[in-house]
Amino acid sequence: MDGAQALGGKATFPILESPVKRRRRSTWRGHLQGSEYTWAVAFIVPYVAVFLAFVVYPVAYGVWLGRDPGLYSELMSDPIYLRSAVNTAIYLAVGVNLKMFGALLLSGFFMRKDWWVRVLLLVYVLPWAMPALPSFMSIHWMLNGQWGLINNALWDLFSIDGPGWLETSRWLALGSVIASHIWKWMPFWTVILLAGRLAIPQELYEAADMDGATGVKRFTHVTFPLLANLYLVCTLLSTIFTLGDFNSVYFVSGGAPALSTHVLATLGIRNAFEVARPDLGVATVMSAMPLMIPLVIVLMRKLRTTEVQL
Amino acid sequence: MSTVALGGPAAHRRRNYRLRRGLGEAVALALGALILFWTLMPIYNIINVALESRGDVFTTTIWPANPSVESFWIVFTQGYWYLEYFWHQFGNSLYIGVATVVITLMIGSLASFSIGRMRLKQGWLVSNAALLTYVIPASFLAIPFYRIMHIYGLSNNLWSVIAAEVTFATPYAIFIFQQYGVTIPIELDEAARIDGASPLQIYLRIYLPLMAPALVAVGTYALLLAWNEYLYQFLLLSSKKSMTVPVALAQFLNSDEAPWNYMMATAIVYALPPVAIYYVFRRRMTAGLAMGGVKG
Repeated sequence: MDGAQALGGKATFPILESPVKRRRRSTWRGHLQGSEYTWAVAFIVPYVAVFLAFVVYPVAYGVWLGRDPGLYSELMSDPIYLRSAVNTAIYLAVGVNLKMFGALLLSGFFMRKDWWVRVLLLVYVLPWAMPALPSFMSIHWMLNGQWGLINNALWDLFSIDGPGWLETSRWLALGSVIASHIWKWMPFWTVILLAGRLAIPQELYEAADMDGATGVKRFTHVTFPLLANLYLVCTLLSTIFTLGDFNSVYFVSGGAPALSTHVLATLGIRNAFEVARPDLGVATVMSAMPLMIPLVIVLMRKLRTTEVQL
Repeated sequence: MSTVALGGPAAHRRRNYRLRRGLGEAVALALGALILFWTLMPIYNIINVALESRGDVFTTTIWPANPSVESFWIVFTQGYWYLEYFWHQFGNSLYIGVATVVITLMIGSLASFSIGRMRLKQGWLVSNAALLTYVIPASFLAIPFYRIMHIYGLSNNLWSVIAAEVTFATPYAIFIFQQYGVTIPIELDEAARIDGASPLQIYLRIYLPLMAPALVAVGTYALLLAWNEYLYQFLLLSSKKSMTVPVALAQFLNSDEAPWNYMMATAIVYALPPVAIYYVFRRRMTAGLAMGGVKG
């Protein structure tokens, strides 16, 4: 899937280009005449209106809801919250890295030219192409200790009594959630990294071949240095997306057993709507800000100062 | 090792090479089989359960003992009380999807025209605002968003969901449009401008037609985003008649003994349209993908 080529050549982020490049001859820049300036403003107003009404206002409202410091001390003394914070950290550390590293390796595998690898790629992206809900519900049922496919298969093939994956142990359940998340999202990042690999000029590999670099050396000396920036940006983006991932946890484990596998995103919704404490829910989510804000700043800088080619 | 001595060093190398290649092939095939197994297991489970009859669901077989399409029939005829309004809900999902596409394309293309082509001086501010929206997880905004929709008087209204989906789809639209817009020569605008065309005319007659591929890509993205999204639809839509398919699907989980075969049949009917659309527009969709991890 040559993503980079799909829309006509190298895709770059125009707003992210260096200022030198942007200072090319342009018709309108700087000298928009009176009525043209009005038009330009009129064209941008709809988006600004959406941004103000549905982003700025909710964010401000959220900050206002979660303004009371007492909420945070309440959270700190709540064992469910503390456990969810730990879960979130594990979810991010294990989930994101396994997923991204797997995607990096598999993108190399999908560079192979065999026909069956190409067909396999089409199947492999299915989890990503499908809506999240059906698959996560299916996984939830598949992991049912009594009637699920996994334990049925374990019994039929090896006469092993499988555990109650989601019902008995926090670690089994959390592991299942992380595996489901990887199942759903690794294909997406594989496709991105595959596009990145395809953008590496073939001559570099030929030169490396000439110098006798093969296998691992090809990877460490050619592929990885060129892919490193993309890999980093993707990892950061994926960290933020994973932090906000609601569906995996909500539908696979639902926080069970005994509310031990919630993450901040699902606990926030639970506190706001099931416990009916919107302020506490907002505070739960806001407590992720110390992690979110540096991530966002680094990511926005990274996207603005480097030309990310995807 | 004794055979090596017979062949000499060249034959040795060749043999070694062939052996390594054969081994590589075998490893690749094994990895391929593993990927196939890993990917298809949950999907096999959906199909398996959907084909089972009511009694088979709670058995320990790993394939349907008496496969039947009864569950699909129940879904199509709305023959179960959770599925009472299935086609109506399907229509709601479609309505939200189409409205999201149209509005996202309109707002996104206008904004990108103003920023990228007319080069409005304050455009970078808007670009950054869009980038920021893109990296805020949607689920973190859900609680205040829900309250605000009540303030706007849009509770239990399809338009509240459309507003949410448009909010999260437009930033992506703006990026892709700007990205793609760079490939259209600015001289075209210049020429039209000299001929006395107004910015609106340039936007309609030059910009939009030339942007068609990007419009298709972003339109597909917005459609899938709106169709697949769950959290906002769940929070904002409460009555059976205003629900969308994913919300109705999750409703099944509320009953004590969920009819899993009906649920999985519903899931298949729900998943087929986006999967079909994905594979049809796959090549276009992958444009600038890193920005397009379908959120939710």
